[in-house]
Amino acid sequence: MKNRDSKNHLQGKSIYIDDIPEISGTLYGLVYDSPIAHAKIINIDYSKAEELDDIVRILTYKDVPGENQIGAIIQDEPLFAEGEVHFIGQPIAFIVAKSELAARKAKKLIEANFEEKTIVTDPREAHKNKSYIAPPRTFKIGETKNIWETCEHIISGRVKSGGQEHLYLETQGAYAVPAEDGNIKLYSSTQGPTAVQKIAASVLNVKMNKIEVDVTRLGGAFGGKEDQATPWAIMVSLAAQILNSPVKFALNRHDDMRMTGKRHPYDSDFKMGLSKDLKILAYEADYYQNAGASADLSPAITERTLFHSTNSYFVPNTRTTVYSCKTNLPPNTAFRGFGAPQGMFLIEAAIHKAAEEIGVRVEEIQKQNLITINDEFPYGQLAEEDGAVKSWETAEKDFKLKELFSEVESYNSENKYLKKGVAVTPVTFGISFTNTAMNHARALVHIYQDGSIGISTGAIEMGQSVNTKIMQVAAHFLSVSTSRIKIETTNTTRVANTSPTAASSGADLNGQATQVACIALYKRLTGFAAKHFNVEVEKISIKDEFIYIEDKKTDWNWETLVEQTFLARIALTENGHYTTPKITFDKTKEKGHPFAYHVFGSAITTCTVDCIRGTYEIDSVKVVHDFGVSMNKLIDNGQIEGAVVQGIGWVTMEEIAYDEKGRLLSNALSTYKIPDILFAPKSIDIIHLKTDGHKFAIMKSKAVGEPPFNYGIGAYFAIQNAIKAYNSNFKSDYNSPATPERVLMGLYQK
Amino acid sequence: MIEFILNNQKIRTNEAEGMPLVDFIRYKQNLKGTKIGCREGDCGACTVLAGELIDDKISYKSITSCITPLKFAAGKHIVTVDGLNSDEIGSVQQHIHEHGATQCGFCTPGFVMSLTGFSLSTKKADYSDALSAVAGNICRCTGYKSIEKAIFDISEELKSKPEKDNIAWLIKNDYLPEYFIEIPERIKNLKNEISNKENGIVVGGGTDLYVQKADCLLENKIKTIKYISSKEKITQKDNLITLSALTTVTDIIESEIISNLFPKLAKQLLLISSEQIRNTATIGGNIVNASPIGDMSIILLALNSNLIIKNSSNIERTILLKDFHTGYKTFDLKEGELIENITFEIPNLDFKFNFEKVSKRKHLDIASVNSSILIIYKNNIIKDVHISGGGLAATPKYFEKTREFLINKEINKENILKAAEIIQAETSPISDVRGTTEYKKLLLRQLFYAHFIEIFSIDI
Ligand SMILES: Cc1cc2nc3c(=O)[nH]c(=O)nc-3n(C[C@H](O)[C@H](O)[C@H](O)COP(=O)(O)OP(=O)(O)OC[C@H]3O[C@@H](n4cnc5c(N)ncnc54)[C@H](O)[C@@H]3O)c2cc1C
Ligand code: FES
Ligand code: FES
Repeated sequence: MKNRDSKNHLQGKSIYIDDIPEISGTLYGLVYDSPIAHAKIINIDYSKAEELDDIVRILTYKDVPGENQIGAIIQDEPLFAEGEVHFIGQPIAFIVAKSELAARKAKKLIEANFEEKTIVTDPREAHKNKSYIAPPRTFKIGETKNIWETCEHIISGRVKSGGQEHLYLETQGAYAVPAEDGNIKLYSSTQGPTAVQKIAASVLNVKMNKIEVDVTRLGGAFGGKEDQATPWAIMVSLAAQILNSPVKFALNRHDDMRMTGKRHPYDSDFKMGLSKDLKILAYEADYYQNAGASADLSPAITERTLFHSTNSYFVPNTRTTVYSCKTNLPPNTAFRGFGAPQGMFLIEAAIHKAAEEIGVRVEEIQKQNLITINDEFPYGQLAEEDGAVKSWETAEKDFKLKELFSEVESYNSENKYLKKGVAVTPVTFGISFTNTAMNHARALVHIYQDGSIGISTGAIEMGQSVNTKIMQVAAHFLSVSTSRIKIETTNTTRVANTSPTAASSGADLNGQATQVACIALYKRLTGFAAKHFNVEVEKISIKDEFIYIEDKKTDWNWETLVEQTFLARIALTENGHYTTPKITFDKTKEKGHPFAYHVFGSAITTCTVDCIRGTYEIDSVKVVHDFGVSMNKLIDNGQIEGAVVQGIGWVTMEEIAYDEKGRLLSNALSTYKIPDILFAPKSIDIIHLKTDGHKFAIMKSKAVGEPPFNYGIGAYFAIQNAIKAYNSNFKSDYNSPATPERVLMGLYQK
Repeated sequence: MIEFILNNQKIRTNEAEGMPLVDFIRYKQNLKGTKIGCREGDCGACTVLAGELIDDKISYKSITSCITPLKFAAGKHIVTVDGLNSDEIGSVQQHIHEHGATQCGFCTPGFVMSLTGFSLSTKKADYSDALSAVAGNICRCTGYKSIEKAIFDISEELKSKPEKDNIAWLIKNDYLPEYFIEIPERIKNLKNEISNKENGIVVGGGTDLYVQKADCLLENKIKTIKYISSKEKITQKDNLITLSALTTVTDIIESEIISNLFPKLAKQLLLISSEQIRNTATIGGNIVNASPIGDMSIILLALNSNLIIKNSSNIERTILLKDFHTGYKTFDLKEGELIENITFEIPNLDFKFNFEKVSKRKHLDIASVNSSILIIYKNNIIKDVHISGGGLAATPKYFEKTREFLINKEINKENILKAAEIIQAETSPISDVRGTTEYKKLLLRQLFYAHFIEIFSIDI
């Protein structure tokens, strides 16, 4: 089945925030944000701005009736700055005007006086000052202290990985419409409608039931709209509450890039010990995460870095510690992978460095150490499947890895200015919110008396086709055609207390809630049919919209059944509730069983470097991926392809740059480059690893959003290998991204 | 009053002539299919087609409506995704649909428009041209591989499109709705009075201006010099090539005169911006925009071009391009003066030309360093040479000393290595978001080598 939105997308009929028909009298908001990274606010003069035509009101912290606070995990983030500013782009005021142009003009007339303070943008410097977002956390397994003397090889080093701008093509935005009794209907481009609702209530000093959050779809999010969709949604709500008018704010790209956080840059140290036969005996890592000025989701992200610090490998003795460092940058936030890519990048870099120093092929170390059934992850959970080994072996065999290596070698000896490099990247990714309490969902399924069906869940559609999958689930469990099914907008009045659509879990959680509801409805309907036909319920089934008694088709079709059930005064609505079984995690011990299951895979990346110009192309990415049993191959393959290219972007051309004043230099699409169609790998081949699927995955089809992002890391190492093929003096510093600049400097390193 | 046709509807409007076309489409006409991702020409979400009657023939080009003034629409047919819609999806859309090549969908209307623009091209359909047509369309869900498959199918299907009557064929094959057939006649009935006497901010293609100061253009009169263009933008008279300042990069790519002189240039020009921008950005704008990295300035510098400048009383003067830029974003142009033409001479000896550009992303990106060279030689001896480089100084750089060194030198490795030292010493680039000083210096040397590797296959 195709993405259910496909035709509307193609005709431009799909509705995003800025496409919602405006109610007359709609006002437009614009944020006045801090031009300074760290300062005391001496005074701000809004008078000239306020006098401008068409300016309705300028709101500041003084106008907040409730809490001036939007921090979701830690309450350390004011909606509007009060007294101090902590990063460039921090909201200070919200200008509300009759036109966007007027708001832009007013912004220029605001005069502010600041007393500048020293700023910190480097996480190591913050670490020196012990300036953290939250206390450091450590995961341990075995004991690394005394193991080093038993190691044949000890490798250590420092590695940096860069930030990443989400660049969802639809910028952030929200539209609030006041209703009677002080209620507000709030359209928000958010992955987390409940978080928006809860925080709006607290800022506006009303109860949650006053705020109805509604989301049709997002034009991309990638984690960037999990927490950071909140401020704008709250601001328009506040303005709507105070002015009793509809208020809209769709961010301009520059504002979006300047004011929102990105993937966390990491600066890390590692130490790795290996035995003579290349077993990794010990691994220690200290991650200095650049969290920005407030917590946002950083505490949860640090956790996932630790969960994935050993990627696909079994390391009996590890100690990993992450320091979430406070800096004067916008609060960094969730981005596909959620801290895992940074953890995986470090151990892959460590292994590459080890191979280089020991003088063996990287793949020898990688393959030796893959995790397999009953091996323990550093957090206490045992591996239940052997996907790491199997996917590696399948990739090796089906993609003819040996032949590929020798082809590349002969290419490199035949070409003077062009060199190829290859890298293999295994990936193991745990599925579930690592905060156990968040792993639940509900689905509200209505069957209307004419047989049509409407489904509401907490899932947010943002391109991952979660709504299409939910439709498939309902069609399957009710045995009806998908054409009967409508997926409703995501709305907090229909499905409440939801978790954000994140952690790759949207389809698993909301799909299984839908499944629960549909199974209940199916039972109710077949129960009624059994009564009507006077047979045992076990004999009744619905197949392709007809009612069967055992193998015999009756003259009742779906519509008759629904109508008759309705007339019999039986409820045709069900609210399905699902909680992920088995998962637990004890933060005091940092041990437990946090994941419903793991997703495994291996990818082989090949690239060509132009050694005259320092530019490069990605030739191919060959992936063996554990989908479980994919419920929609077209969509799942699309997720892999998209994630791979995004991951490649992260380690190649995507470079976030701030100047020494904390000002974002890569502040537009002209200075922050993401892959285009001509940069995408020439080929991406995907093999579905043969497995039976996993019982906790929706219809055995495993979560697919985040895991494949990490395959992208392979491009970094493939490029390093190609540089080495040209310049034998080259020693990689393993700092990512491998921009054309770094590549050229490497090619001519002495 | 501006008159044009928007999709199937005639528009007569008094809205501000400098309003970005996308705002007119979305907020004045309520056609929300066209999306906004950046307002800087860099994402392609706002792509629309502009159809223009030239010699009674209609020609459609894709443009980014976010950096196009409303006034540009005057006398044209503007097509948005909403204008392709009948109840069912058309052929371009069908192919994308088949391959599941849309995820969040926000980029999708832009891709549809770029590919519809490609389908309207009079050139024979070719897959790599089709890819180029969407190189200005960014998809962050990065469904590029499935988009490629759709593009492949589209370009295969379009191979059976005849050269003549292509619009009729496209209608018959569900690429376009039927009303397209009457558009040329309807355009003829549009009335627009735009004279070259009007005052206002001079806009060439607008691709630079709208990124710098869109609000200022919205609130002021603009002078769209496009309307004073002669039809033949590129002409040759004996040894002299004349390019109107309004020549777009696409005009150069499509010019036979240029491809006869510099067979490889058309391909190299694909390194400049994107198809949408190449369709509108003018060379006059590139020179006056005065970016030290301007690709066309760098190319024209190496051709040792002259600028023909006219003032408001039609008095002409000529200045060498290499003398035009005087400092960072300063240049020799007085109030009321416009660049009319750019000219250069075809050398009367053997000559070779090359253009090199390295940027973070190969396509639709501003160079870290770019460089051009024109080598005039006889029997392997350099008789004259013009070398330019961008991103290295406050202005587009012309390398005088390197030229002096190379004249009358043999083309060999030793001389090239020596010249490379001179060229590196001739400039001291500053570190910025496009690269550090060390990188730019090294890259300059490498691109200098690349010229000789490309032209003479010399082993460095
Ligand atoms: C997405 C994007 C990508 C780009 N990529 C590139 C790239 O790869 N390489 C590159 O070099 N540039 C690039 N640019 C910059 C820009 O497009 C070019 O510099 C372009 O050539 C400018 O031409 P224009 O006609 O659009 O200029 P305009 O914006 O119309 O004008 C620029 C300036 O020139 C003046 N002007 C225009 N024509 C004349 C004239 N005939 N006489 C006197 N003054 C005149 C205008 O008043 C204005 O001050 C890019 C821009 C965008 C938006
Ligand atoms: S909105 Fe991005 S190119 Fe126009
Ligand atoms: S489908 Fe989301 S940006 Fe292309």
